[in-house]
Amino acid sequence: MEKSLNWREFIITRAIKASGYSAIVFVLLIFFFLMREGLPALSEVDASSLLSLRWYPIENYFGILPLITGSLIVTLGAALIAVPFGIGTAVYISEIAPRWMREILKPLVELLGGLPSVVLGFLGILVVSPNLRILLDLPTGLTAFTGSLLLGGIAVPTVVSVAEDALDAVPRSYREGAWALGATPWQTIWRVTLPAAKSGVLTAIMLGVGRAIGETMTVMMVTGNAPVLALKLNSLFSPVRTMTATIAAEMGEVANGSVHYHTLFLIGIILFLISLTVNVIASSVVFRAKKRAERILS
Amino acid sequence: MMKLLARNRHAVQRIGYSFITLMAVVTVLPIVGTVLFILFKGGSAISWEFLTSFPHDGMRAGGILPAIIGTLYLTIGTAIFSVPLGIAAAIYLSEYAKDTPLTRTIRLAIINLAGIPSVVYGLFGLGLFVLFLQFGTSILAASLTLSIMTLPVIISTAEEALRSVPQQFRTVSISLGATRWQTIQRIVLKEALPGILTGVILGLERAAGETAPILFTGAAFFLPRLPQSPFDATMALPYHLFVISTQVPEMPIQIQYGTALVLLVFVLTMNIIATVIRSRARAKRQW
Repeated sequence: MEKSLNWREFIITRAIKASGYSAIVFVLLIFFFLMREGLPALSEVDASSLLSLRWYPIENYFGILPLITGSLIVTLGAALIAVPFGIGTAVYISEIAPRWMREILKPLVELLGGLPSVVLGFLGILVVSPNLRILLDLPTGLTAFTGSLLLGGIAVPTVVSVAEDALDAVPRSYREGAWALGATPWQTIWRVTLPAAKSGVLTAIMLGVGRAIGETMTVMMVTGNAPVLALKLNSLFSPVRTMTATIAAEMGEVANGSVHYHTLFLIGIILFLISLTVNVIASSVVFRAKKRAERILS
Repeated sequence: MMKLLARNRHAVQRIGYSFITLMAVVTVLPIVGTVLFILFKGGSAISWEFLTSFPHDGMRAGGILPAIIGTLYLTIGTAIFSVPLGIAAAIYLSEYAKDTPLTRTIRLAIINLAGIPSVVYGLFGLGLFVLFLQFGTSILAASLTLSIMTLPVIISTAEEALRSVPQQFRTVSISLGATRWQTIQRIVLKEALPGILTGVILGLERAAGETAPILFTGAAFFLPRLPQSPFDATMALPYHLFVISTQVPEMPIQIQYGTALVLLVFVLTMNIIATVIRSRARAKRQW
C-alpha cells in the first residue's frame, strides 16, 4: 500500500512536470512546422517577386507588400478606435464607476471578447457596410475602414481588461496623496493614476494591436479583399486585403507543396514573428515595470 | 487657456467625467445592441425543424443540425485534450515550479501561444496534424489544433485560481501527514475548482466560436450525414455561418440570422455559466 502510493505519486509528479513544459514544446513545434512548410518559398520565389506590388498567385505574382500594407492600415485604423475607447472604458470602470456598475460592465466587456469573430463579420456584411456606404458615399461598403471599425471592437476587450488591471494595481495611497494636496479626481486620474500605470497601459495597447493584426474572419468578410498597395490615407476607404485574410481565403484551394502553398506559409511565418515580437516586448515592459516598483518600495 | 482651465478645475472635472462616461457608454452599447439585434432578427427563424434537420436545396432551406452537432463534437474534443493538459500545467506552475529561467521561459511561451493569430494555428494544424501525422481533415485534427489554441487561457486562469488558495491550507495538510500530491488533489484543487472551471469554460467558449483554425483542419462545406468517427470532417456552426453569408448566392437572410443566433446562444450560454460560477464562488469564499 505504502509503496504503491509512492509510485503513483512519482508518476503523477512526473506527468505534471512534463505538462508544465508543454507550452514551450508547442511554441517550438509551431515555429518548426511553419518553417518547414514556409521556408521553401524563399528559394522558389525570387526576392524581387516577393517584394513586388502585385499579388496574383495564378500567374505567379507573389508580391506580399500589398498584403502587409493592407494588414497595417486596417490595424492602424483599429488601434485609433480601440486605444482611446479601451483606455477610456478602463478608466471609467476602475476610477469612476460605482461598484454595482463595475459588476455589470466587466462581464459585458468580457462578453464582447467572447463574441465569435464570424458573427461580427456577418453583421459587418449585412449591417455595417451598407450603412457606411450610404453614410460616406462610397462605391462599396467593404473597405479597410469597415474592417478597422469592427476590429476596433474586437481589440477593445483586450485593451480594457489589461489596462483596467494596471489601473487597479496603482496603490490607493497615491490617489489619496493627490486628493489631499487638493487635486480634483480628474486631475488625479490624469497626473497620478494613469502615469503610475503607464507600463501596464502600454502593454494593453500592444496586446490590443497584436489581437487586431492577427484577426482573420472579420477582416476577410468585410474588407473587400483587393490586394492593392495601401499607402495613402484615403486607401482607408477602399478595399484592401490583409495577410490573415489571404491565408484563410486561399489555403483551401491550393495544392499541397505548391509554390503558392509555401508562400502562404511564409506569410504565416511573418504573422508569427510579428506576434512573437509584440508579446515579447509587451511582457518585458511588464517585467521592467515590476522591477522598478520593487526598487521604489524597497 | 491653461490658466482658465486651472481656475475652472471643477468644471474641467465635470466635463472630463462626463466625457469618459460617454466613452464607456459608446463602447458598451454596441455590445448590448449586437446581442439584442441578433436575438431579435434570428428569433423568427428558430423552429424545432431548423434545429433538428439537415440543410437541403444547396443549404438554402432546411436546418442546421449537422453544424450544431459538429460544434458540440469539436468543443468536446478540444476539452478532452486541453483541460487535463492545461490544469496539469497550471498545477506545475503554481505548486512545483520555482522562479528559474526555465519557468520564465514557460511563462513567455504561454504568453506567446495566447498571441499567435488563429489562422496561424490553422496553418500549424494543417502542417502537423493533417499532413505530417496524416489525420486528414478531421474532427481529431481540428480538436487538437483548437486545444493548443485554448491551452494558454486554461493554464493562466487555472494558475491564478490555484495561487489564490492560501498557503496555510497546504502547510496544514502536509503537517497532518498528507503527501504533496494528496494535498494538491484533496485540498488545493478542491478549493480552486470554481476558478478553474470558469477558465476552462471561457477557453472552450473561444474554441467553439473560432473559424480560422478549423478552416483547413476539419471543417466541411456540406456533409449529407453526421460524422461517424474522429477521422471524419465535420460541419461547424461558425464555419457554416461564414459559408452561408459569403459563399452561397441568394441565401435566405432568415437562415443566416437564425444560424448566427444559434451560435451566439451557444457561446453566450457558456459565458453566462462561467460568470455565474465565478461570482457565486466569490460570494461564498471565506478566505
